[in-house]
Amino acid sequence: MLHAASVISPLIGAIIAGFFGRALGDRAAAIITCVFMAIAMLSSWLVFYDVALLGRTITVEPIIWIDSGAFEVDWSLRFDTLSAVMIFVVATVSFIIHVYSIGYMSHDPHIPRFFAYLSLFTFSMLMLVSADNLVQMFFGWEGVGLCSYLLIGFWYTRPAANAAAIKAFLVNRVGDFGFSLGILAIFFVFNAVTFDEVFAAAPEYVGTTIEFLGFQFDTLTLICLLLFVGAMGKSAQLGLHTWLPDAMEGPTPVSALIHAATMVTAGVFMVARLSPLFELSPTALGVVAVVGASTAFFAATVATCQTDIKRVIAYSTCSQLGYMFFAIGVSAYSAGIFHLMTHAFFKALLFLGAGSVIHAMSAEQDMRKMGGLWKLIPLTYGVMWVGSLALVGVPFFAGYFSKDLILEAAFAADSGVGFYAFWLGIAAAIMTAFYSGRLLFLTFHGASRADEKVLAHVHESPKVMTIPLVLLALGAIFSGYIGVQLGMVDADGAFWRGSIVVLAKNNVLEAAHYVPAWVKGLPLAVGAVGIAIAYVMYMLWPGLPGRIVARCRPVYLFLLNKWYFDELYDVVFVRTANHLGRGLWKGGDGAVIDGVGPDGIAAAVLDLARRATRLQTGYLYHYAFAMLIGVAALVTWYLLAPGA
Amino acid sequence: MAVGLSHYLTVAAILFTLGIFGIFLNRKNIIIILMSIELMLLAVNINLVAFSTHLDDLTGQVFAMFVLTVAAAEAAIGLAILVVYFRNRGSIEVDDINVMKG
Amino acid sequence: MILVTFAFYMFATVTVGAAVMVIAARNPVHSVLFLILAFCNSAGLFVLMGAEFLAMILVVVYVGAVAVLFLFVVMMLDINLTALREGYLQYLPTGAMIGLLLLSELVLVIAGWSLAPESQAPAATPTPAGTTNTEALGAVIYTDYVYLFQGAGMVLLVAMIGAIVLTHRVRSGVRKQNVGQQVRRTRAEAVELKKVSPGEGV
Repeated sequence: MLHAASVISPLIGAIIAGFFGRALGDRAAAIITCVFMAIAMLSSWLVFYDVALLGRTITVEPIIWIDSGAFEVDWSLRFDTLSAVMIFVVATVSFIIHVYSIGYMSHDPHIPRFFAYLSLFTFSMLMLVSADNLVQMFFGWEGVGLCSYLLIGFWYTRPAANAAAIKAFLVNRVGDFGFSLGILAIFFVFNAVTFDEVFAAAPEYVGTTIEFLGFQFDTLTLICLLLFVGAMGKSAQLGLHTWLPDAMEGPTPVSALIHAATMVTAGVFMVARLSPLFELSPTALGVVAVVGASTAFFAATVATCQTDIKRVIAYSTCSQLGYMFFAIGVSAYSAGIFHLMTHAFFKALLFLGAGSVIHAMSAEQDMRKMGGLWKLIPLTYGVMWVGSLALVGVPFFAGYFSKDLILEAAFAADSGVGFYAFWLGIAAAIMTAFYSGRLLFLTFHGASRADEKVLAHVHESPKVMTIPLVLLALGAIFSGYIGVQLGMVDADGAFWRGSIVVLAKNNVLEAAHYVPAWVKGLPLAVGAVGIAIAYVMYMLWPGLPGRIVARCRPVYLFLLNKWYFDELYDVVFVRTANHLGRGLWKGGDGAVIDGVGPDGIAAAVLDLARRATRLQTGYLYHYAFAMLIGVAALVTWYLLAPGA
Repeated sequence: MAVGLSHYLTVAAILFTLGIFGIFLNRKNIIIILMSIELMLLAVNINLVAFSTHLDDLTGQVFAMFVLTVAAAEAAIGLAILVVYFRNRGSIEVDDINVMKG
Repeated sequence: MILVTFAFYMFATVTVGAAVMVIAARNPVHSVLFLILAFCNSAGLFVLMGAEFLAMILVVVYVGAVAVLFLFVVMMLDINLTALREGYLQYLPTGAMIGLLLLSELVLVIAGWSLAPESQAPAATPTPAGTTNTEALGAVIYTDYVYLFQGAGMVLLVAMIGAIVLTHRVRSGVRKQNVGQQVRRTRAEAVELKKVSPGEGV
């Protein structure tokens, strides 16, 4: 029961704040949701302790949901190591962000709604990670998508926010379509959707083929690829990534929670959860790795040129998600999840820190208008350094353990895909370091480029905002070390107790111990190089970036405009959809259906009535004629009708 | 040739047709219509009585008497309506009666 | 026999001819007169058929009441002789078609008819032997068909009331007596005492 509270408690908070928020008032709504979130967090610690550390398995009584013929789905919570880790991360980070939001959103007129959505989101995410079957996971999946839409468009009076929310929802939808096809395929093949049944039956289907759209596909590969499409949508991988930067229209706590720590990691979690399936399909794993590596590289290149502080961090998230995916792609699932955990802490920290900066700068987000802030907001400055160092992978900080392990594992996979991933990962690492340094130097160092009015307002955030920052900073520092000590990324995978399955031949974590020394040291070296370049370009010779841009302007524009993906999608998909929609609306619905249906029938009735009124001439003798003609007709009919 | 039932029926048929012609070809006034109706009723009466005589059944003649009664009542009412209409409209020309146009 | 045939043809021809003239006459009074002629000759036909009571009733009611009523109305409405209007022939095709259709159907029926077997059965109300048509009819109407007879009476009553109601109009300036009012008159309203000195008038 206590363990189930970790999942259910945020929902109660959301309901109370959502429905009774106006009656309770802003302060009470915020506090109540935070209290329920705290209950969830403490419960999640208990779950982590019980399941992950002590190794107890917990089952919660299932409640029947769908019982239709051969298709049975229950509401049931699954607490194994993988979900315990995720629940711990999600609940903790969510609670910290709840507390932070009390301060950040204090001037907002719609506080109860915000907290209700935030708690609802947390509930959906927790449902997702604790699901025992695919349909329940899909429920959580859709729930987080919905809450993402609600929260991105929280300030609904802004058209940009509305557009971004719809964009997020639509792009997610494309992914969800793939996901649902995957679930349907699983049901079609396995006749079950619970994880236990599917995993148990999976090995029998290796090598079988299934027909889809007229082509023969390897069954498990097809299923895994379809499911991965869903992951791509949710985790903003290359191709379905366009929504993530625009999602920064939402409030910063939302960006921190949803688009850094939790929702976008749902895809990673899902693939890890389905590791028994993915392990049986090397093709799918290869695709995952390639996509992940490409995303990591792509996002890092774009991040180097962005001017909005939140967008830099958003692309950084996208890039790090790519890391997680290519870790999974080379069968280093635990490394991917480990990086997920550390990333949650330091990325949330970076976002919240950026939020603190924005709060101090009176809602200014453009880095070109910042500068010289380190003396004015030292605490924020400090935690941003902590977060950035963790991101870059400086030793002892959390990112060092997880990121380096991923790169080593990619190298140790000893396959074409692995090497592709490795080199792209290294390139991304350089750029990560570069843009992190760039962000810090532009925002906090140098002469201030803000005007005096803004500068006069710069102040450190209140304690309710800074304490969460410190807590996250602690996580960013220590979570890596602790994770390693707990044995999360041990080669034998004993920590996971079967929740992650790695085939013996794919044990890259074992092989990662034996990679050459230069591989072990390269990430650190490139990280230092990256920061050094940033230092040179923005502190020593500030004119240098301008000259470089002038020299290769097309490249700069290409990167600044996100490789023109949005424009491409606009031409290919959006315009087509618009034309199709307009055509079907005006032509199909308007002309055909309305024409034949209501409008057409109305017009026909009018026409017939007009013709019928011509019978009513008013002339008496016409009516007499009509009577006589009727009589004659009757007589004729009576005479001629057979047997009448 | 002996005058039989068919002869009387033929006469009645011709009278009936003439009544119908009278309604159609009438371009003068409403009274002609009423008179044509009387002709048609007369034809019906001839029919009834002819059959009654032929079948030696008095029912036909009784019926013919009631037809007579009704015809008289109908002529009275019809003419009363005509008179009132004439009082209000001033004309009973067939072409002028088009007040019921709808 | 020959007399009967001759009489029949004479009566029939005149009836039909009168009917044609009813429709064709220009003067409406002539139309009514021809209608009277048609009725009278039909009465003759009835006598030939042996229904002399009905024949006399035809003359009394139709000719004496209905046709005279027509004449009254025609005279009262003072309808002018109307010239043949254009458009006479507009409805001729339709009218001719309808009329001929009905005529042909009637002829078809008459030519190809045969008596139904039921009619060969003894008639419902045969004429008793030795009675006149009038006596036979009377014996039937007031016994078997008395309800219908009373109903016919009702119809006539309603028609009479209806005709009165339709054409009744209240004329102003008509002097009528209100007997009740007259009887209720008091001395105070009727008589007035006036002091008159001798030699002067009122």
